[in-house]
Amino acid sequence: MADLVTLTINGKTVQAPPGTLVIDAAKRAGIEIPAFCYYEGFSLQAACRMCLVEVEKMPKLQASCTLPVAEGMVVKTESDPVVKARKSTLEFLLTNHPLDCPVCDKGGECELQDMVFRYGAAESRFTEIKHHVDEKQWSPIVFYDAPRCILCYRCIRVCSEGMGVGALGIVNRGVYSEIAPSHGDHLECDECGACIDICPVGALTSGTYRYQTRPWEMKHVGTICTFCSNGCKTTLGVRNEKIVRGNNRDKSGINGEFLCIKGRFAFDFQDHPERLTSPLMRIDGKLQEVSWAKALEAVAKKFAEVKARNGKFGIVGSTKTTNEENFFLQKFARQGLGTNNIDHHRSGDVVTLMDALAGRTNALATVEDCYQMKAALVVGADLAQEHPLLAYQLRANFRHHNARVYTVTRGPVREDQYSVSRVRTEPGKELEGVESLRPMLSQEPELLILFGSSIKGEDVRRLVAFADSLNIPVKYICLVDYSNSRGAVDMGLLPDLGPGYQPVDNPGLTLPEMMAATDLDVLWVVGANPLARYSLAAANAFVVVQEMFLTETAQRADVVLPAASAYEKNGTVTNVTGQCQKLTAAAKTMGTKPDLEIMGLLAKEMKLNLGIWTVQSVFEQIRTQVRGYNIPLPVVATGQAAQTSPLNGRIPVISRPDLIQSASNTLFTSGSLGRYSKKLTSVLEYPGELYRP
Amino acid sequence: MTFSPELEKKLAKLIASYPPGKEKSALVPMLMFTQDEVGCITPELVQEVAKRLNIPPVQVDEVVSYYSMLHRKPMGKYHIQICTNISCLLWDADKLFEHACQKLGLGHKQVSADGQFSLEEVECIGACSWAPAIQVNYDFHHHVTPEKFDQIIDSLKKVQ
Ligand code: SF4
Ligand code: SF4
Ligand code: SF4
Ligand code: FES
Repeated sequence: MADLVTLTINGKTVQAPPGTLVIDAAKRAGIEIPAFCYYEGFSLQAACRMCLVEVEKMPKLQASCTLPVAEGMVVKTESDPVVKARKSTLEFLLTNHPLDCPVCDKGGECELQDMVFRYGAAESRFTEIKHHVDEKQWSPIVFYDAPRCILCYRCIRVCSEGMGVGALGIVNRGVYSEIAPSHGDHLECDECGACIDICPVGALTSGTYRYQTRPWEMKHVGTICTFCSNGCKTTLGVRNEKIVRGNNRDKSGINGEFLCIKGRFAFDFQDHPERLTSPLMRIDGKLQEVSWAKALEAVAKKFAEVKARNGKFGIVGSTKTTNEENFFLQKFARQGLGTNNIDHHRSGDVVTLMDALAGRTNALATVEDCYQMKAALVVGADLAQEHPLLAYQLRANFRHHNARVYTVTRGPVREDQYSVSRVRTEPGKELEGVESLRPMLSQEPELLILFGSSIKGEDVRRLVAFADSLNIPVKYICLVDYSNSRGAVDMGLLPDLGPGYQPVDNPGLTLPEMMAATDLDVLWVVGANPLARYSLAAANAFVVVQEMFLTETAQRADVVLPAASAYEKNGTVTNVTGQCQKLTAAAKTMGTKPDLEIMGLLAKEMKLNLGIWTVQSVFEQIRTQVRGYNIPLPVVATGQAAQTSPLNGRIPVISRPDLIQSASNTLFTSGSLGRYSKKLTSVLEYPGELYRP
Repeated sequence: MTFSPELEKKLAKLIASYPPGKEKSALVPMLMFTQDEVGCITPELVQEVAKRLNIPPVQVDEVVSYYSMLHRKPMGKYHIQICTNISCLLWDADKLFEHACQKLGLGHKQVSADGQFSLEEVECIGACSWAPAIQVNYDFHHHVTPEKFDQIIDSLKKVQ
């Protein structure tokens, strides 16, 4: 590149594109300039004066966070005047600071502490009594301790710019300045906790983590959030086998440091008091605790008996269990039990989209595309409620690249804040709304289309045909609900399709058909709760349920096998955009087993030969046998997202739009699992209209 | 919330005087004009202004809590603001403020029982060249001595 600017930082020659800030140019050259208020990706603040540097020919020290590079500039970042200025800045920041590091949540990972350690400001010339304000609770999630606050505005910016919520502000002035919440004395907001994690000090703390532990006493396990389909990486802080924190401060994963309330705080379902920790069997009409050996034996015996007499199985898989588990379950069903009666809760018409796009390359978008593509069309979905990460990425795309966003929705959505055009339609009439945008859309250089569950069956094909007629490159995201909804389809938890969308010879029963079949002999439910939506017609069916909780379905079971949660197992899941990522076990619940192990033990008990059922070997089978999953091992193994590409041929099945139904989760609900997070329910019970679904 | 037709006209003109998309720049004058009519910045007024300028209410609160000329409670008909910042202080503004307290029988941010007068010690009002300076509502008075202060108050009392 010809037009790079050349400058010198600490004697090192550095090149950077024009407009680069000195603080960033230094960072790229491996020179760290301390900063409190500067935060990459958000607007400039220049409030803290921590980033001062000496620039030759400039009489005063300069704030490097707002200073663009210039040709020939000579910068010193740690010269004596700079060090002295930083020390003074710190002394000033500490005038009213309580210095309660020994009990502060942030102690040990506090940016202020680190800086005082580095520059030393142990002595203060201020002898005045410190101004004290009591800490405040603003919501079940957010607490604020004003004396610790260094007024860097990070929380305000992440909330208004990043989240599009704008629930925080700064009131009063001078020494009395403090952060204030949206509703006078309390917050009504997304409760995402982004403000808490971005706070450089311990001024904002969370209702979950505060005073629980010291940061160095945890082990940190990076895994994938088990709630919605967006597939955020969350790093769980675990102390004594208990998960006490979720965040993603290392910015790894497709979500950077973004997490919504579920990924950051709703892990508490994991040690909910109602977790099942022992197998249960119906004895004398009541579910009673039994040993694993006894429960597995009973199930295997029943399965073998029904199989032998060619009885009717119904198998319901999960949208939250791993790809390995889903693959093994359908293998168990098809090869082990000889049935195609297998289905799951379908929340988006992925199959029709894959068929409509068959043979194309580059037609499926990734999460990154939400941040990079020049234009996006959101059809029939409230992204901020149902797909928080995608909403966040789109908003960032608008902030950083001026992306043009169009919405066709039934009501107001958060994208309205910046979208170029918004159309309101009745559900089912979305395509008319889309058509009305044709003149504008056809001017776009490229387009990302995200569509919700109301676009299904023929409408998906119509949408694709419409996009084709625009004659511009288009990529798609078919929005589905849960962390592995996409993996459930890809792995063939369908009566008519096996793994990789391969049609099967004798299509089996769909979920509603199983529920309605009066002659069903066995209903086997793995990590799902169909009885919350359907009733089971077969009064005599033997019901086996693998579950974490005594859900509606588990209550009807003859045998309940206590399952490990997603945070307690290894494996892979595939997010809404088809990106496959690795789960890593963070904790354990005694008495439970991962679903894969349960199924493996059942296969062993039945003497079925379904191959080795370790996570690694099943993943290897997936890589070699499932179309689109021939993904590079190192990518997955190192915790990155591997893009699957299942667009490799027509899918000759009849589409069943009637079977597609979104659970319409909000930010604070998530099917049956959400009910077992005390954090989520506490927010729903908290007064405030914003929390109402 | 609705305002008088005159005020509505004034606000419309005010908002139109900023470039499109920058309407929120009207925040401070809008708060002052509406405060004059409503009497003080009520919670409803905060909501209304936020709605009209399309900003979160907390941003209005930021501004209201920052500027001493914006009040959450009604001030007197004549709001006497005495600057005690450095330039005025060098010209005995502290003594002037004490004098004012005695003359009016009021302290900082207090309102007289009849609602006629209120007193406030304020930061720099930008009249350093004519220190000590005071402000009565929107009117400035320069080089204010205790005697001059009494005259100002007495003449205001006569107007009533
Ligand atoms: S929790 Fe999230 S939405 Fe609420 S104030 Fe903090 S950043 Fe804003
Ligand atoms: S609360 Fe934290 S992030 Fe917000 S201004 Fe204070 S120190 Fe900065
Ligand atoms: S956006 Fe979805 S995947 Fe990300 S943290 Fe929230 S619930 Fe989890
Ligand atoms: S980082 Fe530059 S002023 Fe705060």
